[in-house]
Amino acid sequence: MSDALVIDVAGLTKSYGGRRVVDNFDLQVPRGAIYGFLGPNGSGKTTTIRMVCGLLKPESGAGSVLGLDVIADSLRIKERVGYMTQKFSLYEDLSIRENLEFIARLYGLDRRVARVDQALIDLGLAERQAQLAGKLSGGWKQRLALAACMIHEPELLLLDEPTAGVDPKARRDFWDQIRRYSAQGVTTLVSTHYMDEAVQCDSIAYIAYGKKLLDAPTAEIPKKIGLACWRIAGRPLQQAQKLLEAAPGVELVARFGAEIHVCGHDGAAIERAAIQVKREQPHVEIERIEAGFEEIFIYLMAESRDNFQ
Amino acid sequence: MKLPRIPALGLPDLDLSWSRVFAVFLKELVQMRRDRPTFAIMIVMPILQLILFGYAINNDPRHLPAVIEMREDGPMTRAFLASLQASTYIDIVAVSTREDEAEAMLRSGEATFLISIPAGFERRIVRGERPQILIAADASDPVAAGGAIGAVERVAQQAFATEFEGPLAFLARTPAPYEIVVHRRYNPAGETAFNIVPALLGIILTMTMVMITSIALIRETERGTMETLLATPVRPLEVMIGKTAPYIGVGAVQVVIVLLVANVLFQIPFTGSMIAFLLGVTLFIFANLMLGYLISTMATTQMQAMQLTFFIFLPSMLLSGFMFPFQAMPEWARMIGETLPITHFLRLVREIVLKGAGLTDIVNDLWPLALITLVLATLALLRFRRTLD
Ligand SMILES: Nc1ncnc2c1ncn2[C@@H]1O[C@H](COP(=O)(O)OP(=O)(O)O)[C@@H](O)[C@H]1O
Ligand SMILES: [Mg+2]
Repeated sequence: MSDALVIDVAGLTKSYGGRRVVDNFDLQVPRGAIYGFLGPNGSGKTTTIRMVCGLLKPESGAGSVLGLDVIADSLRIKERVGYMTQKFSLYEDLSIRENLEFIARLYGLDRRVARVDQALIDLGLAERQAQLAGKLSGGWKQRLALAACMIHEPELLLLDEPTAGVDPKARRDFWDQIRRYSAQGVTTLVSTHYMDEAVQCDSIAYIAYGKKLLDAPTAEIPKKIGLACWRIAGRPLQQAQKLLEAAPGVELVARFGAEIHVCGHDGAAIERAAIQVKREQPHVEIERIEAGFEEIFIYLMAESRDNFQ
Repeated sequence: MKLPRIPALGLPDLDLSWSRVFAVFLKELVQMRRDRPTFAIMIVMPILQLILFGYAINNDPRHLPAVIEMREDGPMTRAFLASLQASTYIDIVAVSTREDEAEAMLRSGEATFLISIPAGFERRIVRGERPQILIAADASDPVAAGGAIGAVERVAQQAFATEFEGPLAFLARTPAPYEIVVHRRYNPAGETAFNIVPALLGIILTMTMVMITSIALIRETERGTMETLLATPVRPLEVMIGKTAPYIGVGAVQVVIVLLVANVLFQIPFTGSMIAFLLGVTLFIFANLMLGYLISTMATTQMQAMQLTFFIFLPSMLLSGFMFPFQAMPEWARMIGETLPITHFLRLVREIVLKGAGLTDIVNDLWPLALITLVLATLALLRFRRTLD
């Protein structure tokens, strides 16, 4: 176990009703990293995160978080981890300030009032501190939740789809904040559905049906997936799109404005499909391209439908 | 990498930080204050219940069927009979000269009162021998009987007050030249309105304390806030103390309300040692809070919690000695009764109110309450899940 690893777990497994919703999951997150956690709905992201922060007991597997045993030392882990739940789970009938003070008290923080004041200023909520949390809009709730899980200055942040349903501006602000924490040495494991967020992560773990399918530095992911892509440009494209979707070996047909990117693992098949389109629709241009993040993530997201069974 | 350790089973975690307890306590207090409807119920419910039951206690009883056993027929007794007849408190269903006949009517329930005037009543009154008028009441319903007995006594006094005038004016003195003896039949324990009020308090406290705390944890689970709570280093014992402590205050307010309403509205003062009573009622509140809290660790929905609360509430009414005399119950029912906090509270109250017991006399009822509290708290701590599993 390395000191540089903030999360180092192996073989984490959890079943509900006889179904393994997380199956033999390994994860190594180095200090200071922003680690993206991707996967379709119901693939086991929340369950995994809960096991990492001691909210669920894995039925098998072991490991350490912040150098502490993930099962035996969960109380001490909790003191040093900030966990932001997928669903807003602060007290809607408490004011913004009361929520923060409550959490600050539970962590036994010194300079409580000063910390809460500062958090309120950082949040931009100092004026509205007496407002009930339940009355806040989605974006503000998200920011309050982040402030609440940061108030004890944790070394590890576990963020479970922190920006789901939040407007793009709020999402950008949120990520700016995460990067600032990261620069201060805070490690982050964040699950997300958004491609633009995924590409901001240093590394990405991808999970489907409880199994980790991919785990690599973000920059290496396109190569790892090994998608062959062709660009089809020109107008109109409706007919071309139909042809591509029907062609054998095609796994992804993504429309980007006036072009279509068609991808698949079988390079020869994709090439055949592109040439076929060119033959039938002579007005289009075709060109072989490198698979970029966009294609990869659309592929990952499209490939796996919701995992609920 | 280490192998997974199996966390120690058995003893509950007794780790405790008072500042975390205070955090939970404060939070509960604020939530309680914001939850106006529930807060109102907690305050209004005891008043309503007491008024509801209170009318049975103090409602001027009217038209109670009475049988008069007249062993003497003279001017004074006839005047007494006339004023009894004129009274709206009682309806005379029969006047008999035979004791067995009158007794049979009381037994069969045709009459709830038997008023018996002995032979030689007038002669003995004039001689100053203080003859006895016997009022036998069917006290199997102590709540109703308590008030009614008082009413009949007043009627008797008023009846004679008009008689003791003129040449007999010398009889209008205190103590009265006769004696009214009240026999409560079918209720040897001698329940009176004075101990009905604290007993009612027991029922009210059982109901509200258990009901409120039974959803203490469920509310967190249902609103999703349990996840936040469990993600912090807060310990089960801290949650338990912090969450139940505000309701000690609510219980105290209820005690004050009930005693005040009983006194102001129904003129039923508290008699007995207040200190012993306060200690008893405090322990009783603890026991009920733990009972409710234990329920909240077992149920998963508010509906289940309500059902479990009623599951507790029914035996608390039926098997505690509140409704039926405890000693008259079958063995198994008494055994269940012994495990209920209210059984011990009722005993303690009876001893304080009826027998004038002080602190040292009620130790026998205090320790079972303390034991029940401890057992319930331990069970609740063992049941408390630190994870979302
Ligand atoms: N408490 C639970 N009881 C039963 N099934 C559960 C429970 N929690 C999660 N699951 C199931 O486990 C699977 C993984 O869920 P989750 O970890 O929430 O996925 P994700 O966060 O990736 O959407 C889902 O199929 C979900 O239905
Ligand atoms: Mg989830």
